Amino acid sequence: MSQFYTTTDHFVLAPALMLALFGCAILLFDFLLFPNPKDRKWLTLFLLAGEAFCGYGLWRQQAFLSANGMNEITAFQGSLTIDGFALFFNWIFVIATVVVAIVSYHYLEIEGEHHGEYYALILFAQCGMFFLAAGTDLITLFIGLELMALCFYVMVGFLRAERRSNEAAMKYLLLGAFSSGFLAYGFSIMYGISGSTKLSDVASAFASRDPWDPMILLAIATTSVGLLFKISAAPFHMWAPDAYEGAPTTVTAYLSVASKAASFAFLLRIFMGPLATSRPVWEPLLAAVAIATMTFGNLAAISQNNIKRLLAYSSISHAGYMLLGLIAGNRTGLNGVAVYVMVYTFMNLGAFLVVIAMRRKGIAGEDVDDLAGLMHKSPGYALLMLVFLLSLAGLPPTAGFLGKYYIFLSLIETGHYTLAVVATLYVAVAIYYYFRIVKSMFIPEQFEPAPLSTSLGLRVALGVTGVLTLVIGVYPEPFLRMAQTSLMR
Amino acid sequence: MDQHLLSIILFTPLAGLAVLLFIPGSSKNAIRLWANVVAFGGFLVSLPLVTRFDKGASGFQFVERAEWIPSLGVQYLIGVDGISMLLIMLTTVFGFIAALSSWNAVDDRVKEYYAMFMLLQTGMIGVFLSLDFFLFYVFWELVLVPMYFIIGVWGGPRKLYAAIKFFLYTLAGSVLMLLGILTLYFQYHAQFGAYTFEIANLMKVVLEPGMERWVFWAFFVGFAIKVPMFPFHTWLPDAHVEAPTAGSVILAAVLLKMGTYGFLRFSLPLLPRASNDAEIVRILAILSIIGIIYGALVCLMQKDWKKLIAYSSVSHLGFCTLGIFALNPNGIAGSVVQQINHGISTGMLFLAIGVMYERRHTREISEYGGIAHVMPKYAIVFAIAMLSSAGMPLLNGFVGEFTILQGAFEANRIWAAFAVSGVILGAAYLLWLYQRVMLGQVTNGKNLRLPDLSAREMVVFLPLIAWALWIGVYPKPYFDILEKPVQELVERVKPGYYHGQAAKAAATEVR
Repeated sequence: MSQFYTTTDHFVLAPALMLALFGCAILLFDFLLFPNPKDRKWLTLFLLAGEAFCGYGLWRQQAFLSANGMNEITAFQGSLTIDGFALFFNWIFVIATVVVAIVSYHYLEIEGEHHGEYYALILFAQCGMFFLAAGTDLITLFIGLELMALCFYVMVGFLRAERRSNEAAMKYLLLGAFSSGFLAYGFSIMYGISGSTKLSDVASAFASRDPWDPMILLAIATTSVGLLFKISAAPFHMWAPDAYEGAPTTVTAYLSVASKAASFAFLLRIFMGPLATSRPVWEPLLAAVAIATMTFGNLAAISQNNIKRLLAYSSISHAGYMLLGLIAGNRTGLNGVAVYVMVYTFMNLGAFLVVIAMRRKGIAGEDVDDLAGLMHKSPGYALLMLVFLLSLAGLPPTAGFLGKYYIFLSLIETGHYTLAVVATLYVAVAIYYYFRIVKSMFIPEQFEPAPLSTSLGLRVALGVTGVLTLVIGVYPEPFLRMAQTSLMR
Repeated sequence: MDQHLLSIILFTPLAGLAVLLFIPGSSKNAIRLWANVVAFGGFLVSLPLVTRFDKGASGFQFVERAEWIPSLGVQYLIGVDGISMLLIMLTTVFGFIAALSSWNAVDDRVKEYYAMFMLLQTGMIGVFLSLDFFLFYVFWELVLVPMYFIIGVWGGPRKLYAAIKFFLYTLAGSVLMLLGILTLYFQYHAQFGAYTFEIANLMKVVLEPGMERWVFWAFFVGFAIKVPMFPFHTWLPDAHVEAPTAGSVILAAVLLKMGTYGFLRFSLPLLPRASNDAEIVRILAILSIIGIIYGALVCLMQKDWKKLIAYSSVSHLGFCTLGIFALNPNGIAGSVVQQINHGISTGMLFLAIGVMYERRHTREISEYGGIAHVMPKYAIVFAIAMLSSAGMPLLNGFVGEFTILQGAFEANRIWAAFAVSGVILGAAYLLWLYQRVMLGQVTNGKNLRLPDLSAREMVVFLPLIAWALWIGVYPKPYFDILEKPVQELVERVKPGYYHGQAAKAAATEVR
C-alpha cells in the first residue's frame, strides 16, 4: 500500500502503456518524418509495432496467470484487474485493431483523408478499451469509456469534407455525451450508496440492501441507460445507423466490432458485479430491451438499401442476441456472450471489409445494388461475403451458428422459452435481408466493369477473417476452450 | 473399405466439387462430363451398401464414429439402417439422373450449377446418414443454400420470390426444431450429467409429458414444413414451378423425404409417448388426410402442367405421413416404400415436363394436345410415369399406397376411407392431364414438328422405369430390408405391439 507505483502495477498496465506510447510516437513521427502524404502508410508499421508490444504484454500476463495458477492479478489498489475475462476481450481488441489498421491506409487514400492522427486515435481508443475490459473501479471504467468514445467521435467525423460524416459525428457526440451523463449520474448514486468507487465494495453495499430499494432502482435505471446506449440497444440505438453510415467504412467496422465488444465487457463487469444481486429487478427490464432490440434491428434492416446502414441495423440486432446471454446468466449464457463476441468480431469485420473493397475512386460502393454481379467480377470476394453473411445469420457450418447455439441453449437451460422462440424466429427474418445482398451479388448477370480496389492489407485481412469464420464453424473445439477458460472464475 | 464406406459415399460429391473448381468455367462440356462422372461415381460407390447390407441385423450398420467437438459432446457419427439405406440409394440414383438430365437444359453458369448440385448431394446424403443430432442439423441447414441458388439463379420468371420463400419457410421451421433439439440435449445433461447429441443416448431421456409434447411440436414444425404437410405446403408449388427441371426433380425425389425421414428417425424414437399420444396422432392424421384430398382437388384445377405435379406431391406425401402416424408396421413400411415410389414417379414426371419445356418453353396445358401423335416414345414414357404415380397395380405406386391404406385401416377405418378418395382423385387428375396433353388431334401448330426423345433422354428414363416395374412386380426385397427397422420403431413407440398381435393371433387360433 505504501508504494505508489509497484512492479505489479506496471506489469498490469504495460499493454495500455504501450498503446498510449506508440500513439504519441505516431503523432510525433507523422509530423517529423512523413511530410509527404504518400508515405503515411508506413505509419501502419508503427501501429503494428505498438500492437506487438501490447500483445507481448498480454501474453506475459496470460503466462503469469497460468504459471502461478492464479485467477487474477489486481493492481492500483484494486482498480485494475487482469483476469481471463480482461485478457479475452483484450485479445479481441488487438485482432480488431490490427485488421482495421492494415486495411485503412488504402481506403483513406481513396477518400483523400489520409492523416497520421488516424492511427494515433485508433491506438488511444484501444487504450480506452483496455480499461473497460480490465477496470474494476467506477472511475477507471468511466475514464476508459470516455477515452474510447472521444476518439470515436473524432474518427466518425474524419471525412471532413463530407457532410454525412460531419453530421454523424455531431449526432454521435451529442447523444454520446448525453448518455455519459446518465452513466455518471448512476455511478454517483452507486458511490453514494457504498461510499466507495470499487466494484467489489459497491457490490457488497448493494447486496446488503433490498433490491427494490428506490436508490438502487434509480442507480440501475440510470446506469442501464448509459450502458445500453453504448451497445446500441433499443430504445437507445438511434445513433448507430447514422454514425455507421456517415463514418469512414474502416471506422464503421472498428466501431461496430471493437467498441461494441468493449462496451459489452463494461456491461458484463457492471451487471455481473455490483448489480448481480439486483437480478430480479433488471432481468425483466433487459429481456424487454433485448426483444425490442432484436425487433427494431431486424425489422428496420429489411428495407435498407445502403449496406452500411443495413449492417448497422443488423449489428443492433446482434447486440440483442448478446444481451440474451446475460439474461440467461448461467455459465452457458456467459460463455455464449464470449463466443458470440468472438465470432461476431470476425464475421462483422469481414462483411465490412468487403464493403471497403467496393469503395473505388468515384464509386461509393455502399448500395446493395453496387454489389450486383460481384460473383462474376471477383468470385472470391462474393464467396467470402456469402460466408460472412451466412455466419451473421447464424447458419451452420459457420462460426455465427456457435454463438447462437450457446445463446439458445442458455435460454432453454434457464427456462426462458418465450425469449428463445422469439430469438430463433428472428433468424429467419435476418436471413431475408442478408440474402438481399446475396441475391444482388449472385443472381444478376450484368455488372459494371470497374475493378475492385484492393490492397495487400485488405486481402490479408479478408483472408484471415474468412478463414477464421469458416474454421471456427467447422472445427470450433480450440476456440470454445479458449472462450471457456476466459470466463473461468 | 467397409468401415469407411459411408464416409466415401458422403464425401464423393464434395471431392468432385473440389476438382471441379479447377476446371475453367469456359470449357462447358468438360464441366458437364466431369459432373456426370462424379454423379455416376457417387452412385457406384453407394452400390456396395446394397450388397453388403445385412437385413437380418438390428440397429445401425457401417457405423463410423469420431470425436468432433468434445466440449459440446458432438460426434461425427454416421450409420445406416434399412430406412436410411433405401433413401441414400434414392439420393445417389437421382444425383446421377439430375446431372444427366441437365446436359442441354443448362447453358449459362454451368460450373456454378454443377457445383451447387454436388454440395446439395453431400448435404442430402449427410442428412440420411447422421446419427448425431448436431451433425444432422448441420447437414439439414447445408441443403438450404445450394437449393436457394439452384432455384434463384437457374429458375423461371418468379425465381427470386420462390427461392427466398423456400429458404425462409424451411429455415423458420428448422430453427424451432433446433430449440427442440437443445431441450432434449439439456434434459439429457440434467438427467445423466453429460452432454451428448448421440441419438441412441438421447433416446434414454425421459421428459415429462407436457414438455415432451412441446418438443414434439418443435420437431413437427421443422419436419412438417419440409415434407410439406398441409397447411405448411405453400412454399412447395412456387419452388417446384420456378426451379429448373433438375432442381424440381431433386426437390421432389429427395429433399421432401428429409421431412418424412425426420419423423421416422427423430420424432418417433426420441419422443415415443408424444408420438403415441391419441390427440397428437389424430391431429397429424387429419392434417395428412386434408393434405391428400386438398392436394388432389387443387391438382384438378391447375392450368400449369408443372404446378399440377407439384400439388400432386402434397397429396402423395400426405399418404406418407398418414402411414407414419398409423404407427403400425404396415403403415410405416408402406410409407417408406411410398417415399421411394414418390421419388421415382414424381421424379419421372418432372423430367418429362422438363423434356417438353426444353422444346416448347411453356407449361400451359392448353398449349398442348395430341402430343402422342408427334412424340410416340415420349407418350409411352409419360404414360408409365403417370400410371406409376396414379397407383396402378404392377407399378410401384400401387404397392406403397396399398400398404399404407392397410396400415391406416388397421389404425382407424375412417382415415382409410377418406384416404382412399385420394387414390381416386389422383387417377382422375393424372388421367385427365394425360388426355388433355397427349391424346386427341394436334391442335397447336407449334407442336407439329417436335422431335421425339433422344438417346440421352431415354437413358435418363429407362432406369427409373425399370425401378418402377421392379417395385411394382416384386417389392419383397424392400419390405425385407424394412422389416427390422420398422419393427424396432413400432416396438419403441407402442411397446408390446408385437406381443399383443401374437396373443391376438393365438386367441383366434384357439377359437
